[in-house]
Amino acid sequence: MSTTTDNWTEVEATAKQVLGEKVVAFIDQCRAGQGTRAECESQLIAVLHEVQAEFGYLAEAHLDAVAQLLRVPAAKVAGVASFYHYFRLTPPGKFVINVCLGTACYVKGADRVAQKLMDDLGIAFGETSTDGIFTLEAARCLGTCGLAPVLMVGDDVHPQVTPDQVPLILEKYLSKVRQEGAGQASGG
Amino acid sequence: MAKKKKVNLTIDGTKLTVPEGTTVMDAAEKLGIHIPRLCYHPDLSLAGSCRVCIVDVKGMGYYMASCSVNVWEGMEVQTNSPEIRQARRDIVELLVDNHPMDCQTCERDGNCELQNLAYSLGVRERLWEGRRKRFAIEDSSHSVVRNAEKCILCGRCVRVCAEIQGVYNLSQHGRGFNTVVAPAHLAAMDDSVCIQCGQCINVCPTAAFLEKSSTEDVWKALADPNKHVVVQTAPSIRAAIGEGFGLAPGTPMTGKMIAALRVLGFDAVFDTDFGADLTIVEEAHEFLSRLQGHEPLPMITSCSPGWINFLEKFYPELIPHASTCKSPMSMLSVLAKTYYAQKKGIDPSRIYMVAVMPCVAKKYESRRPDHFMKEPDGVPYTDAVLTTRELIWMIKCYGITIATLPDGQFDDPLGTASGAGDIFGTTGGVMEATLRAASELVTGKPADRLDFTEVRAVEGLRETYVAIGDQNIHVGVANGLQNAKVLLDKVVAGQEKFHVIEVMACPGGCIGGGGQPYPPEGLKVLDPGLLRKRAAALYAIDSGKTLRKSYENPAIDEVYDTFLNGPGSDLAHQLLHTHYHAKLPRGIR
Repeated sequence: MSTTTDNWTEVEATAKQVLGEKVVAFIDQCRAGQGTRAECESQLIAVLHEVQAEFGYLAEAHLDAVAQLLRVPAAKVAGVASFYHYFRLTPPGKFVINVCLGTACYVKGADRVAQKLMDDLGIAFGETSTDGIFTLEAARCLGTCGLAPVLMVGDDVHPQVTPDQVPLILEKYLSKVRQEGAGQASGG
Repeated sequence: MAKKKKVNLTIDGTKLTVPEGTTVMDAAEKLGIHIPRLCYHPDLSLAGSCRVCIVDVKGMGYYMASCSVNVWEGMEVQTNSPEIRQARRDIVELLVDNHPMDCQTCERDGNCELQNLAYSLGVRERLWEGRRKRFAIEDSSHSVVRNAEKCILCGRCVRVCAEIQGVYNLSQHGRGFNTVVAPAHLAAMDDSVCIQCGQCINVCPTAAFLEKSSTEDVWKALADPNKHVVVQTAPSIRAAIGEGFGLAPGTPMTGKMIAALRVLGFDAVFDTDFGADLTIVEEAHEFLSRLQGHEPLPMITSCSPGWINFLEKFYPELIPHASTCKSPMSMLSVLAKTYYAQKKGIDPSRIYMVAVMPCVAKKYESRRPDHFMKEPDGVPYTDAVLTTRELIWMIKCYGITIATLPDGQFDDPLGTASGAGDIFGTTGGVMEATLRAASELVTGKPADRLDFTEVRAVEGLRETYVAIGDQNIHVGVANGLQNAKVLLDKVVAGQEKFHVIEVMACPGGCIGGGGQPYPPEGLKVLDPGLLRKRAAALYAIDSGKTLRKSYENPAIDEVYDTFLNGPGSDLAHQLLHTHYHAKLPRGIR
């Protein structure tokens, strides 16, 4: 009789559907042997990493689902996700541009490169261009100080970048997108 | 228990000895030094985030937060010096500089901890007018309004919501300058797991959380000659309203409160205690029916709308256990627009029903679909709910000197109430009133006693057995939802067979409700001492009455005889009972 008023089955099913089997299995593993709220909370950051690795970012629905399955209040989950710089709360662009702002790059003019990127893309660090193609991020030393100032687009490394090279670099990726689009259109 | 070790220290050159584990803040208090503080609250966990309570400890090289440092042997503390005072002032100046400068138009003007602190620390000018945080006011909820521009990030609301209520709806989101206290995803309060208890309002030092005001609507109704404006006051109002006028906590104010309501222009003043008596009679019948196996046991009381919201969001599987009886407020409102309207020959659509409640969740309860009239369609039985604070303000706004008014009396036919109705306002009161009624109903004989002190859960949580006839009734009483969880989890697990459980969302019950007065200087919300004084006023009113059992209330008899066709009748069910549903988002318990 009392089960009819309970909505846990639906809530749990929705959460599992949102996160997918792989993340759900990871959460199950994290929860194994965990009883108290504090013990579950101690696994929260690891779970959020897993979700971001799977989906590229943390949507509200992901965070709510993590809350339900890990048994940590949604306010706590969202608070942690929004505190740490690493966690992304909006979908990343097709290409993530990481501009190194480490000491060596900075003294070699990375700030001017970064400014040019912001001006040309019309976005600030942490934001994604309105066409969804580029996301701009600041990196703290990519470990290749000999190539300063350096930036990465996806996995590509661009060494010794000057502000006037920025439009050329962006064009390279925009043309890739155009080619893909044309390929898809003709293929379709 | 092993006796605690004593620690010797010096504060401002005075030697003293205190037990090990005492904080520097508490040790200073023993010397009559009240170190300024802001984020600290004695009944919540330590945050140590505001740094206002800093002191100089010899040899440390930096100022320490006295709330979160324990004394040690030989410690030398300096609570005051030009440098410490300057540092504290700097801290508060920085808070003020990121705060709207609108004290004169602020709801908390004269009642604001930040304002008091800025004054007492000597903040007399704005030195740095830098960037200020900007947030829109979030007022989607019927009960709680969130104004993040006034938030100083002390985190008390986050702690009360998580630690006392077990709701954990609030958290700090983002970081640095952009940090904001809000529900997950900065959701509107209505789309969150908020249960609308209003404890965040009570503990907030500023006006970052407030109730949604209904005073304008009530003034308008009072000025409308076509409206017949009636008011009811909850039991706990009379025990707390005096605090708003400088009277000692626990001063019973029934008569003067009624008189003030008449001056305000209400056409009739009713007693929610009458509704409480009716609730008890209905609930006792429901309990009996459950005892006979018609519905599941335990029966859990349902007067507290914060608790009902918690039930629907956090424990939906227990919904069949919640009493279907409407709350005393809602029962009285229904009768005002049916029974009273009929008796007086007033068109129900002309009646404007105001309820003065210690509670902000009642504002939400009054807008639940079950609490609207069928005819005329779309009219709520309770038109407006005022908190104790709002009524205090209205009385002051009008210019009423409440202390000098001659005592007034509640109006018939919804104004006669037993003492059992009065104690509804405090933890264990509903249980005690139920036991007074149930013992007669079960045994068919007058109850051999009226006081059931064993169910008064002043410590927040109580489980006991009460003998009724040859039955041993297993009862549980909890106030503060973190306490309630303990009992609810036992019911879910089925490990203990309770018969009746009383749950009140707020600490101490309604006397500690989210709409009660901000405590006077020197007292804190959640302070058990303050709550006990308010409760004592209600128990004094109860024991001073000759009518102490809901069953013996002649006004209740009359309603049943002339209007409802007896307790548990079809009409009683239709008008006085309600239903609950699981709600999303589901809370994590």
